[in-house]
Amino acid sequence: MSVNRRDFLKIVSMSTILSIGGVATVGSLKNHVEASQNSKSPTALTAKRWAMVVDMSKFKAEEDYRKCIDACHLSHNVPHITDNPKHEIKWMWTETYEHAFPGNEDVYRAEKFQHMPFLMLCNHCENPSCVRVCPTQATFKRKSDGIVMMDMHRCIGCRFCMAGCPYGARSFNFKNPGPFLDEAKENPEFPKRMKGVVEKCTLCYERLAKGLLPACVEAAKEIAAKNGTTPGLIFGDLEDPNSEVRKILSERFTIRRKPELGTGPSVYYII
Amino acid sequence: MYNGGKILIGLIIFVGLVTFPFLYGGVKATAKPDPKIDTPEILKMAEKERKCVESKAFMKKEHMQLLNDWRDWVVRDGNTIYTNAEGKTFTMSLQNTCMKCHSNKSKFCDECHNYTAVKPYCWDCHIAPKEKKS
Repeated sequence: MSVNRRDFLKIVSMSTILSIGGVATVGSLKNHVEASQNSKSPTALTAKRWAMVVDMSKFKAEEDYRKCIDACHLSHNVPHITDNPKHEIKWMWTETYEHAFPGNEDVYRAEKFQHMPFLMLCNHCENPSCVRVCPTQATFKRKSDGIVMMDMHRCIGCRFCMAGCPYGARSFNFKNPGPFLDEAKENPEFPKRMKGVVEKCTLCYERLAKGLLPACVEAAKEIAAKNGTTPGLIFGDLEDPNSEVRKILSERFTIRRKPELGTGPSVYYII
Repeated sequence: MYNGGKILIGLIIFVGLVTFPFLYGGVKATAKPDPKIDTPEILKMAEKERKCVESKAFMKKEHMQLLNDWRDWVVRDGNTIYTNAEGKTFTMSLQNTCMKCHSNKSKFCDECHNYTAVKPYCWDCHIAPKEKKS
């Protein structure tokens, strides 16, 4: 049996069309998991852009700062590394005035301001330089609420973000953090990190999703109850004119760290 | 045959080297993996409620894809609620949802992963449930 050229071409073209159609159908059947199957938790706290005000006058003693830092570090399994300051992991820490607000020093400023330990955390910038430099988009700005997030699964440990961040808010895991964690105190609901990734404050995205305030804000409330003051950390939506944060910003004089760099930090300080 | 002796010796050495792993390790078959789902948390549930987030067949074949999607939806999109094919909702979390029922990582995850020599890096960071050493 011989097939002429015309019939051969007909068979070839028909089978090509059929096989393309077949692949498309099989492909669409295979996709059981669809993006429409996920949604936000109805109890989650939401905002257009989260922000924090740190009211320094509400922190009376060294241990008040310590409590906020411990609350943060314990709930996120942050290792306590003390043998080498370069290996320290800090999501929240304290800094002196000259380091927190450089270019604004004054030798005649009252002694208490010079040595006041300012509570530091990631500024969750409006225009974050760490996000600009990340080659894998492991750190990114969440469009929904402005949190500068870390996707530990993607981080390759290049440390560009650490060079990019003007606030020193990022720490690199030079060694496996596991041995520096107290197993009895670890939070089984939050992951640890591994050697070779960069980590920082994520504004407690996991607590916000459950409808809880960030751990440091909760700790500040406890401190306030003990001291008989209003809380020193105020958390709210910067784009909601009626939020607690906006109310304070419209009434009190506040400063931000290095606003001249144009990163638009979301953490405000009242001194 | 030229150099017959040398060729024969060479052949014997060659065959010896090639068959060495089989002779040394034996040819006994590795035990088939037998993942267990008899954790106290699962046994506590009523017979009818003993269902994973999706069907057993789907989970067997696609759990890695599901976990991948869950991770992206939670970390990157900030969505934490998963609605399955039956319309039931779950919080998407490996540590707090999957492992709450499957609290036997060594008998549930590792059983097959070891057999197939798959090394997922989940547990480099995620905290596995504490298991009693038996």
